[in-house]
Amino acid sequence: MKFLPTSDGERREMLAAMGARSIDDLFASVPAEVRRDPDLPPPMSEIEIRRFIGGLAKKNVNARDTAFFLGAGVYHHYVSAIADQMLYRAEWLTAYTPYQPEISQGTLQSIFEFQTHVCLLTGLEVANASLYEGASALVEALLMAERLSRGRTKAVLSGAIHPEYRETVRTYFSNLGLELVEVPVGVDGTTDARALAAAVDEKTFAVAVQSPNFYGVVEDWAAGSAAAKAKGALSVAVIAEAASLALLRPPGEGGADIACGEAQSLGVPMHNGGPLLGFLSCRSEHQRQIPGRLAGMTKDAEGRRAFCLTLSTREQHIRREKATSNICTNQGLMALASNIHMSLLGKEGLREVARQCHAKAEYLKGEIAKLRGYRLPYGGPTFNEFLVEAPEDAAGLLARLAARGILGGVPLSRFDPADRRRFLVAVTEMNERVEMDRLVAALAGRDA
Amino acid sequence: MSVEVETPAAVARDPRRPDPRPLPLVFERSGEGKIGYSLPPLDVPDTIGIPEALCRAEVAGETQISEVDVARHFTRLSQRNFSIDQGLYPLGSCTMKHNPRTNEEMARLPGFAAAHPLAPEALSQGTLELAWLLERALAELTGLPRVTLQPSAGAQGELAGILLVRKALERTGRARKTVLIPDSAHGTNPASAHFAGYTVRELKSNPRGTIDLDVLEKAMTDDVAALMLTVPNTLGIFEDKILDIARIVHAKGGYLYCDGANFNAYVGVAKPGLMGIDVMHMNLHKTFSTPHGGGGPGSGPVAVTQSLVPYLPRPTVERRADGTFFLDYDRPESIGRLRTFLGNYGMFVRALSYIAAYGNRIGEVARGAVLNANYIRAGLSGVYHLKYDGPSMHEVVFSDKKQSELGVSNVDIAKRLMDYGFHPPTMSFPLIVHGALMIEPTETEGKPVLDAFIKAMREIARECEESPDLVRGAPHTTPVKRVDEVGAARNLVLRWRP
Ligand SMILES: Cc1ncc(COP(=O)(O)O)c(C=O)c1O
Repeated sequence: MKFLPTSDGERREMLAAMGARSIDDLFASVPAEVRRDPDLPPPMSEIEIRRFIGGLAKKNVNARDTAFFLGAGVYHHYVSAIADQMLYRAEWLTAYTPYQPEISQGTLQSIFEFQTHVCLLTGLEVANASLYEGASALVEALLMAERLSRGRTKAVLSGAIHPEYRETVRTYFSNLGLELVEVPVGVDGTTDARALAAAVDEKTFAVAVQSPNFYGVVEDWAAGSAAAKAKGALSVAVIAEAASLALLRPPGEGGADIACGEAQSLGVPMHNGGPLLGFLSCRSEHQRQIPGRLAGMTKDAEGRRAFCLTLSTREQHIRREKATSNICTNQGLMALASNIHMSLLGKEGLREVARQCHAKAEYLKGEIAKLRGYRLPYGGPTFNEFLVEAPEDAAGLLARLAARGILGGVPLSRFDPADRRRFLVAVTEMNERVEMDRLVAALAGRDA
Repeated sequence: MSVEVETPAAVARDPRRPDPRPLPLVFERSGEGKIGYSLPPLDVPDTIGIPEALCRAEVAGETQISEVDVARHFTRLSQRNFSIDQGLYPLGSCTMKHNPRTNEEMARLPGFAAAHPLAPEALSQGTLELAWLLERALAELTGLPRVTLQPSAGAQGELAGILLVRKALERTGRARKTVLIPDSAHGTNPASAHFAGYTVRELKSNPRGTIDLDVLEKAMTDDVAALMLTVPNTLGIFEDKILDIARIVHAKGGYLYCDGANFNAYVGVAKPGLMGIDVMHMNLHKTFSTPHGGGGPGSGPVAVTQSLVPYLPRPTVERRADGTFFLDYDRPESIGRLRTFLGNYGMFVRALSYIAAYGNRIGEVARGAVLNANYIRAGLSGVYHLKYDGPSMHEVVFSDKKQSELGVSNVDIAKRLMDYGFHPPTMSFPLIVHGALMIEPTETEGKPVLDAFIKAMREIARECEESPDLVRGAPHTTPVKRVDEVGAARNLVLRWRP
């Protein structure tokens, strides 16, 4: 076996040195009744693995071969070749959590840089090393707010937060004795501000709003923050399309206490929905309740600048059931990818990508709005994704388009079977105008 | 803090300390007017349709840097990491084994890496089939009928598993209040039970480091939802009374949860389903060799017994009679979901590719891991203290008892190991071993490496006696010397500021 470097001869020498007769003897504590050989096919060579796994890969359409407009939480942005190739380096790929700072300065400094990027983009003071993905990041943010509130029991969520995020919160909250209120969307596609304010009371520990929201509409962070502040709750900003952060007012400027969500758009391929990249940032007064790992700057014994994991007394390996989260392994390599990506794009590139996404989406939105039978249900401003109502069943329509190499959007029936005619269209810097024109023609039934 | 930025040939290097100067932060490499990206010209009118009040000015402080500088920055940073490909990384419980590179390439095929989780089902048959095949393989290896691949890592798998138990108990009576966890368990176990709404009751291990059946029998009331057991436990010892343990837990209507972080000790040799285990998470980034990536991403599938199947997270992957695959969202009894989409899909590709390489010989993984751990144990017995001397499976936990009498701690020993070119063992747990040195070599190390490690550990033990200051002052050869972790927590600097 090519992954097993020990020869039969060496194995015999080892057993002899240990005074054991056979490897089986070493398994004496495993009861015979529970032993069983696995019923699996024989081992495959590398060539066979490539045929097998490669064959499965070929059965899927992928964004590179289609006119591609799917989003709803995972976006098709460009990732520079160097960002991915750097991940192949064994020093990044085959290391683990940097518990030993003296031989992990690379990973630690990269985490510190990632934390800085997240702070700059969200306009907040402290960020952690990463969380799993957007939905569980929202859960962590809410639980953090709950701890900071010391005894409050209710969270108010905008109904325009991604439905899978809300479902995740419901799952986590179901046994913690916490109440969850979801506020409906208003006519323009933003969270109904009056209903939001009315839902918040003295028991509320957090008010969470997503922008751009699930329908693509840009929300004003200040509305959620004002509703929260009025009753002494914390304001939680949720971001599912992080490319927007370079163009839109950052949560920190909109009064948010905690920002959280999904940074897949910043350097992580779609990966069929995972691995993604959860993030969380907050004001420094709340940093001791932050979940997950944190890298800090310090010195070594000779006074040189160095980095290490810090505030670990918040974490499960020390605090056990009293920890701020149960998270241990996070999304390290994706945070590195994102650090590389954000560093490459930098101040100008991040903004340019955001502007291109937006301008292209505005163009497509305008063209679809002109089509007979199609309607844009919400009038609020959008960033790079928008909702369309079709004159027919959206899933059926989109399936017809898909057969012609156009993945035109995500039907909302995917999330709510009763929502039959509406679908979300996402645009990124990857989309060319000709593709958008093809989509418009196909929607109009003009491309046959 | 001032930083000396390295410039070509500015300073001659000391060959014994390859490059002692701190590397600048990527932000400190930034310079006005530099560019590291390129984009096509905008092919639509350049408009902004968002009110100015909702927009921001530039992202102040962000970088301006060329691709060349980025390449060098991250390459040089990487050189300050230790990794499996450089040498033995015997971090106990973490299973730092070789990561086959074919698996990396398979996960990057456009059909997976550029696939979208909400693409139409008819165009996602390959992604669904792969998930289904991985589920079948894990079900076969665990001897349990169904598996959810959704949890993002082991800890989220634990939470999912306990939520499943909770739901099942609620459906058939009441959720109960307590989860039993041995004092040797990993910290995520109590944290996960807590976030599932349970009170944790710690079970004291017996002098052998395993479950004390009398203690369990007393603690196992009808208010206990589950026992969370690590098999083999974090001392590397298999619970040889596992069938009795299961009987005691089941007799009171509780569930037996298995933390499968150590599945690599018996994968392909024995089946948890035959042990009476009802629910078990696995770490694809341990047993199934998906890379640890400097701290993830991982993946924590959960295998369950038949009675827990109705409650599995949404959606499940199902196969129709005609051989096509679909996602089943229509699961009214489901606990809900732990995260978005299907899970860390890229890890599924790597894990299936890994399982395919071993096939029905995957038991060699466990046999190799157990052989290697026992070889190290034999080589170090008597030199380091072994508090619990039951038979070792895939790892062995020594302690610094002898060396601490000389004023040298497990941390010092760990740091000194770096000078010998090895990554240190785990020291933060199990908490029942004071000054722990938890060593897990894995099956992908050969005899010469193990011999060198044993020699180094013996050498260090001698140094503890003859020149303890040498050990206490270690490491001496790393890019930075001992890092002031206390200072970091006292004087928090968590980001760079423009
Ligand atoms: C015994 C044990 N249980 C659980 C975990 C948690 O797994 P993860 O880090 O994947 O969340 C670990 C790993 O760190 C472990 O060693």
